[in-house]
Amino acid sequence: MTSGVYRWMLFVVFALALPSVSWAGYWGAENTNMPVGVTEISGEVHALHMRMFWWCVAIGAAVFAVMIYSMFKHRKSKGAVAADFHESTTVEVLWTIVPLVILVVMAIPAAKVLIKMEDFSDSDMSVKVTAYQWRWQYEYLDEGVSFYSQLNPAHNAARQANSDIDTEQFEHYLKDVDNPLVLPVGKKIRFLHTAADVIHSWWVPDLAVKKDAIPGFINENWAKINEPGIYRGKCAELCGRDHGFMPIVVKAVTQEEFDTWVSEQKMKTAAADMDAIRQWSKQELVASGERVYQANCASCHQKEGQGIPGMFPAIAGSDIATGDIDTHITTVMNGVNDTPMQAFASRLSDADLAAVITYQRNAFGNATGDSLQPSQMRSLRHGMRQSALDTPENNFKGVN
Amino acid sequence: MSSSDHAHDHGHDDHDHHHGPAKGMMRWITTTNHKDIGTLYLWFSLIMFFIGGGMALIIRAELGSPGLQFVDPMFFNSMTTMHAIVMIFGVVMPAFVGLANWMIPMMIGAPDMALPRLNNWSFWIMPFAFTIMLSTLFMDSGGPAGGWTLYPPLVLQMGDSFAFVIFAIHFMGISSVMGSINIVATIFNMRPPGMTMMKMPMFVWTWLITAYLLIATIPVFAGAVTMLLTDRFFGTSFFSAAGGGDPVMFQHIFWFFGHPEVYILILPAFGIVSSIIPTFARKPLFGYDSMVYATASIAFLSFIVWAHHMFTTGMPLAGELFFMFSTMMISVPTGVKVFNWVATMWRGSMTFETPMLFAIGFVIMFTIGGLSGLMLAITPADIQYHDTYFVVAHFHYVLVPGAIYSLMAATYYWIPKWTGNMYDEKLGKLHFWISTIFVNVLFFPMHFVGLAGMPRRIPDYNHIFADWNFIATVGAFGFGFSQLLFVYIIMKCIKGGKEATSEVWEGARGLEWTVPSPAPYHTFEQAPAIDANTVTR
Repeated sequence: MTSGVYRWMLFVVFALALPSVSWAGYWGAENTNMPVGVTEISGEVHALHMRMFWWCVAIGAAVFAVMIYSMFKHRKSKGAVAADFHESTTVEVLWTIVPLVILVVMAIPAAKVLIKMEDFSDSDMSVKVTAYQWRWQYEYLDEGVSFYSQLNPAHNAARQANSDIDTEQFEHYLKDVDNPLVLPVGKKIRFLHTAADVIHSWWVPDLAVKKDAIPGFINENWAKINEPGIYRGKCAELCGRDHGFMPIVVKAVTQEEFDTWVSEQKMKTAAADMDAIRQWSKQELVASGERVYQANCASCHQKEGQGIPGMFPAIAGSDIATGDIDTHITTVMNGVNDTPMQAFASRLSDADLAAVITYQRNAFGNATGDSLQPSQMRSLRHGMRQSALDTPENNFKGVN
Repeated sequence: MSSSDHAHDHGHDDHDHHHGPAKGMMRWITTTNHKDIGTLYLWFSLIMFFIGGGMALIIRAELGSPGLQFVDPMFFNSMTTMHAIVMIFGVVMPAFVGLANWMIPMMIGAPDMALPRLNNWSFWIMPFAFTIMLSTLFMDSGGPAGGWTLYPPLVLQMGDSFAFVIFAIHFMGISSVMGSINIVATIFNMRPPGMTMMKMPMFVWTWLITAYLLIATIPVFAGAVTMLLTDRFFGTSFFSAAGGGDPVMFQHIFWFFGHPEVYILILPAFGIVSSIIPTFARKPLFGYDSMVYATASIAFLSFIVWAHHMFTTGMPLAGELFFMFSTMMISVPTGVKVFNWVATMWRGSMTFETPMLFAIGFVIMFTIGGLSGLMLAITPADIQYHDTYFVVAHFHYVLVPGAIYSLMAATYYWIPKWTGNMYDEKLGKLHFWISTIFVNVLFFPMHFVGLAGMPRRIPDYNHIFADWNFIATVGAFGFGFSQLLFVYIIMKCIKGGKEATSEVWEGARGLEWTVPSPAPYHTFEQAPAIDANTVTR
């Protein structure tokens, strides 16, 4: 029996050693260890992590070595006779004091890094990050630029159950977005985190920042990126059905590139204003609406508008999408309290709102024939709502 | 049975089965016998172990490769939530209560628990509570999917089945508190003369302290979920900023319960291992006194570390420093325990029967989980680790090869006493080795993907995480199915096997080994004589 035990032990030692060795090969691999990152803080955090790791390996190795030695040496089958000692004040005091000293040695550098991380003063610019189910809104408070950022639509299509799209064709599957957060390098950037619905958490490992976005409260955080590049992160706090599908992409660029990008963004805003004024054809509205629907509505109401019974109502044949258009507009703009249905008034442009409402009223077998112009949405938004709602037939129906 | 019958003539008719169990189902429904109730608890938790394990396999199947293959993300979230609730409240806690019921009276020389009718209720609430909890999976609005931590506002988006979840949690809590009161009352009032506190086995000590943790924290949890209930259905806004509340306040209240809770899940395991290692090392437990003090220190510290679960919520610096230091402190008494176990083995005369294998497996793998816990205590690093698979790896190491292994060790250790038969030693060892290999294949790679940036509670991921996730899934199915062997060994042992002596193990110490195997329906009806030289631990 003894040799049997030995054989088993050897087997297990090898079974456990093999993955460890393979891990050593993987040591620096991006799928196995914490990244060093591209900020001073992320480098220090990585150093802390590795130092703690080696401490733990050393402590574990020492304890297990004594145990394993004892298991081989002090076994009955080898004729070991049990000693009778069962206490020793000296040893017990020693193994209380020594760990305490080790803890102090560990705690001091950790506290230093923490104090640095929590110093939000003297920032060069501020970005407000608002989390939604399931996208991010970035507002550059000093530049007046603002936009939404969500999962790359191609990835979004591929990740649907039974999509039959090979996800391996996307190198950054589920780690890519439509509009990345563009930031200048070498600047201390202060992030202000909040959320519109539930708690989320904005995490970019390469910047060593992770902070919860809490509805009704604002949290601070900061990063100073050293190298231009693309850094990818994820929402870290469970936030509902599509928690796994709200990535973050930070594109760090030089100051000049950043300035150019800011002016481009301002031009885009102006173009969106033009869109809201011109007359759209119904085909245009439906085509654009389908895109908006798939990006914003489909994760709950589903691709074909069928919803999920008991959880998310259907759009197909629903009272709201086939009934009075005013109720439909109000629901989309203001959301529904105490449900995951959010207020889209601040989230979508006039053109997108008009398009998606038109689409919902003419797709999935909803044959209302209605169409809604972006300019009408703009009037509603600008306080001309009541007069518009008084005569809905004249305003909203039969435009085309 | 005969001698005790005479001693306890209460004026009943002296039928032969006077002190034996009732027949049929009613025996189990109406029983007030600590051994019957212990058995009920243990079977209940074994059944729940397979339900919770089935959920884990659904999770691992979905995570086996990138892309969504089997389940909707919403159902996936229900599975992670339910898996945790079932494993914590339905497996580990009831199993420890079952062991407490069986063993504490026999260990301290008491005839039964102090409050036998309360004991019956403590158990019989559980199956109803879990029926309600699990039934939400079949309701229109689905099971809870906001994580077992029930953070608002997310959890408040749940449909009407939320009310059932809260109701079930209340019942589980009532059951735990009643069970704890019973254990405290038993330990304080039922010890025979001579059985001083410092003569009690460690398992009794750890349970005494655990029972206090439960009594102190379960009402806090009950308060927190009641506030969720009124926020959801009665228009209050405890946790909504729009009404002057604060969602983070829930996290503080929850973790004030939640952190002591994790010690509730591990302290009795410490007690079990402290009983088993001396038996198979044939040497008394090293540092008994310091073991008692270490357990008490851990319990005390567990109340002042809760916010280390919340380092990313935007706490002030002073708070982060305090909770970092207090959390690191826990490693001192925990270290004392590990060192004491090693010192107990040192210069012993060891044999490696299945309970000892599981106990050693516990010490090694629990220590691995404890060391990653020390890494997690370092706040700046925790900001990177938080809510990733590194955390998942950490708590599964302390709970699966930790708490669950202690339960398996306890089963193999005491099953000869319960059934009167020895289990199949060969199969027991096989069960240990298969489980140990697969449990590491399952959980070790989770450290890597967590460090590399994979958040927890996600149903789909990028291809760079694919290799490790596939390995973990292989480990999960291996570990899951090898537990069928455990059931087979138990069934085989109940049916028959080598007859067990009353001592069972050569190095066994303590009063439970002085009664025959199987333990008669009633034990210690007459208080055992205990003096300074009696070995009770």
